[in-house]
Amino acid sequence: MIEVQLSASLREFAGGAASVAVEATTVRELLRKLVERYPRMQKRFDEGVAVSINGEIFRDDRAQRIPEGAEVYLLPRIPGG
Amino acid sequence: MNHDQSFTNQEFKIVGTRPPRPDGVDKVTGRARYGADAFAPGQLVGLILRSPHAHAKIKKIDISKAEKLPGVKAVITSADLPDLTKGDRGQLDILENCMARGRALYDGHAVAAVAAVDAETARKALQLIKVDYQVLPHVTDVDEAMKDNAPIVQPHIRTVGVNPAPTKASNVSQRTEFGHGDVEAGFKRADVIVERSYKTEQTHQGYIEPHACLASVGPDGQGELWVTTQGHFTFRNQCASLLGMDVAKLKVTSSEIGGGFGGKTHVWMEPVALALSRKANRPVKVVMTRDEVFRATGPTCSTSIDVKIGATKDGRITAALATLRYQDGAFPSIWGMLGGMTSFACYDLENVKAIAYDVLVNRPKVAAYRAPSAPMAAFAVESTIDQVAAEIGWDPVDFRIKNAAKEGTRASYGPTYGPIGIGPTLLAAKNHPHMKAPLRKNQGRGMACGFWFNFGGQTCTDLNIGVDGTVSLTVGTVDVGGSRASLSLIAAEELGIPYEKVKCTVADTASLGHNDTTEGSRGTFSSGMATIYAARDAIRVLKERAAKTWEIDVADVTWRNGRAMALKAEHGNLNELTLEELAAASPRTGGPIAGHNEVVADGAGVSFATHICDIEVDPETGHTKVIRYTVIQDAGKAIHPDYVEGQFQGAAAQGIGWALNEEYIYGKDGRLQNPGFLDYRIPVCSDLPFIDTQILEIPNPGHPYGVRGVGETSIVPPLAAIANAVSNAAGVRLTHIPMSPPRILKAIKNGNGKSHAGR
Amino acid sequence: MAQGIHVATTINGDAVEYVCQPRETLLEVLRNRLGLTGAKEGCGTGDCGACSVTLDGRLVCSCLVLGAEAEGRSVTTVEGLSTNGNLHPLQKKFIEHAALQCGICTPGFLVSAKALLDRNPDPTEEEIRYALAGNLCRCTGYDKIVRAVDAAAKELRSKA
Repeated sequence: MIEVQLSASLREFAGGAASVAVEATTVRELLRKLVERYPRMQKRFDEGVAVSINGEIFRDDRAQRIPEGAEVYLLPRIPGG
Repeated sequence: MNHDQSFTNQEFKIVGTRPPRPDGVDKVTGRARYGADAFAPGQLVGLILRSPHAHAKIKKIDISKAEKLPGVKAVITSADLPDLTKGDRGQLDILENCMARGRALYDGHAVAAVAAVDAETARKALQLIKVDYQVLPHVTDVDEAMKDNAPIVQPHIRTVGVNPAPTKASNVSQRTEFGHGDVEAGFKRADVIVERSYKTEQTHQGYIEPHACLASVGPDGQGELWVTTQGHFTFRNQCASLLGMDVAKLKVTSSEIGGGFGGKTHVWMEPVALALSRKANRPVKVVMTRDEVFRATGPTCSTSIDVKIGATKDGRITAALATLRYQDGAFPSIWGMLGGMTSFACYDLENVKAIAYDVLVNRPKVAAYRAPSAPMAAFAVESTIDQVAAEIGWDPVDFRIKNAAKEGTRASYGPTYGPIGIGPTLLAAKNHPHMKAPLRKNQGRGMACGFWFNFGGQTCTDLNIGVDGTVSLTVGTVDVGGSRASLSLIAAEELGIPYEKVKCTVADTASLGHNDTTEGSRGTFSSGMATIYAARDAIRVLKERAAKTWEIDVADVTWRNGRAMALKAEHGNLNELTLEELAAASPRTGGPIAGHNEVVADGAGVSFATHICDIEVDPETGHTKVIRYTVIQDAGKAIHPDYVEGQFQGAAAQGIGWALNEEYIYGKDGRLQNPGFLDYRIPVCSDLPFIDTQILEIPNPGHPYGVRGVGETSIVPPLAAIANAVSNAAGVRLTHIPMSPPRILKAIKNGNGKSHAGR
Repeated sequence: MAQGIHVATTINGDAVEYVCQPRETLLEVLRNRLGLTGAKEGCGTGDCGACSVTLDGRLVCSCLVLGAEAEGRSVTTVEGLSTNGNLHPLQKKFIEHAALQCGICTPGFLVSAKALLDRNPDPTEEEIRYALAGNLCRCTGYDKIVRAVDAAAKELRSKA
């Protein structure tokens, strides 16, 4: 079970909750299950989402595994220059 | 294929040395070919007609006279760029930015384009295009655009992130918030509170090479594009999508790039060039003028930021609050949000909140500029940090060390930090000889720290071994600053061969799988990682070939110093096989020897920097002189130290120009007044001293060599470091960037040194 | 279109002839008619120095010179810096000192630096910086450029 922290702009899609419990072992599974529960999050994810796992930010690798008990944070997908 | 990306803590033979770069001779002899240096038989000159109005409805465009002019082969408007975006508003915004659709949204917005046999004919054709404008009220200032009665830039926008959801159109496209704890409670506990407002004006990346491309589309829908870009694969996908072409049928070749810094990560006129070529059925070359580059590409935001920081006398920050207003130009984007995320990232805070607004104005569509959005937020926060330190009588470096983020700190943007280098850069600054150098009259010292994310991204690399044992390393990340040298070093290190035996090339889109854009400080990091794995893949093949040649088990073969060796005493009579020997024998041992790697290099970590500078201010003229500048930044592992230093120095120089001189000046008519290098003055050679650099190497655990991306971070501290120095020199606090002479004189005259003044 | 102007000139020591339009700049002629793309257009208004060439030994912005003005004169571009495939010390030092990142400004800097060293073989740091103030670089912050020019000056003096 993963406790996913949501950035402020995502909380409105989860009824204002700052964190959500999800059963997932990869980033892909995590995002899929969140959209199943909160369909309106899909639009935000399409615009760009990144996942921080224990402080490391993953922008693209949906296959990235999430270790049990990891701190997981959903962030906007940050571009560089 | 899953690769173990963890740090191997190895000793290096070649990585870390400073050999000459492979593209050096071409670049010093004029042989290197940039965007405007390609020519095709039958090519036409493409020129773009641009709106002279900041905001206008386009009632009619009459291209008939232009089309009839002898020598004109195609004239296009948005009618030739149909909306194929299938409801994707982001893509439609890009399309509309490339060519106006019924309305001009900023001075310089493209409204039509021509392709003709020469420049003179093309210019005449532009003059023959009749555009019927209905001029509308405009707004160019970020704070003005947020007012209730401001002209609306995008009528479909309703502010996101506000409860209840608004129904009225607004120029605020979104409001976002980051932070944790209770700032109100934190401020109550503070002994000292500093609250201040700041402004930064709009700047441009200022690359010396204007955008240029040569587009060629045939009647069969196949096309080629030669273009100066930071990401030719991204450009290919983008152009194919907008023009309704198949991705695989559009071959994009990246020319050498004459600077990008984020401004060449987006398409501006490339879809227009392709559309012209498609209509004219001939190659079309489009080269922007400097005027067009300033008016119609992607500068960074202008901002308006309020910061409030409270601290106790024992040096601990108890609360930090920032409200940030960033203008994104005429199309909604996320730059304000990014500013909100990065504002307080350097610090370990119990109570922190950043509220960010993304605002629309009648200005060009903002693009990334090297650590986008971070420099402005850092300016406001680091200036306030200095003022708080002064109020409680603490040394500015010690105050930052006391509150610096470390492993286990909850970042202001949410996640908990792993091992990070801000502490070491601050300590290195504290102990740096620059700190002890004496200051003369009217000189002030300032320091500031800054942070930027580093990214990985999709990367694909080929490593082919020629029959003579020399190595072709083919990568897909555009080389903006010397990465081919670093990648060659890495390949040579892995294979155990001399650097000179490796030739690194950036391939076109038909020759390699997708590679993400060179941005986010990812070029050396990602392609370096892919190169390591491609080399190890090739070594696996080399060992197999040796095993075959010796007729022994491959498990008994090892690779060291560029040769295969047989382990075990029973093979003691076998001579080593060098790379050259194995390559020469390859036709008979199984064919060409190659290694390949695709990786989504992710989890790249962050890079911190601390800058120190000494500035002299002439109190009579407001003129500033940069006396001394030092950059201290964590690089993880410097593959080629010359080019790491180069990134530090270049980013600092851009920050210096931004801090002291560069700004977009808009007139009351909403037109850009200074779209040229004379009046948009970037630093010249005589403006700067030598820029000292100190490379720290705290390995990144997520990379085999410990590499961190370095390209962007050092543009983050300069605005604040220089503002702190100028404020110390002048005896008044400067809050408006750039700190040009008139602003400094005004500040001295008004004596706004008091910290608690409002806006 | 106006009548073309026939021009006979010398470029990098070679006799060259071309026909150009009255309002065509020397930069446009070099790049579009003669295939000498070393000189770059960064601004078209003489502010960036990327188009620097020498005209009868004098440093000019070729975007501010008309193609027709080269008649009977001698033009040197970056392509004329090396001799018989041997790099000029300035070119060598630029590579050695990593004085280029993207390299777009490098041809202009090399021409300007040569013009400086031709008239002042032992310049101070300040003299180097002011002589090169007409060439913009956005990548390097000029640090390694100044060091490279200084090193080239030393080498040229030792050979003189």
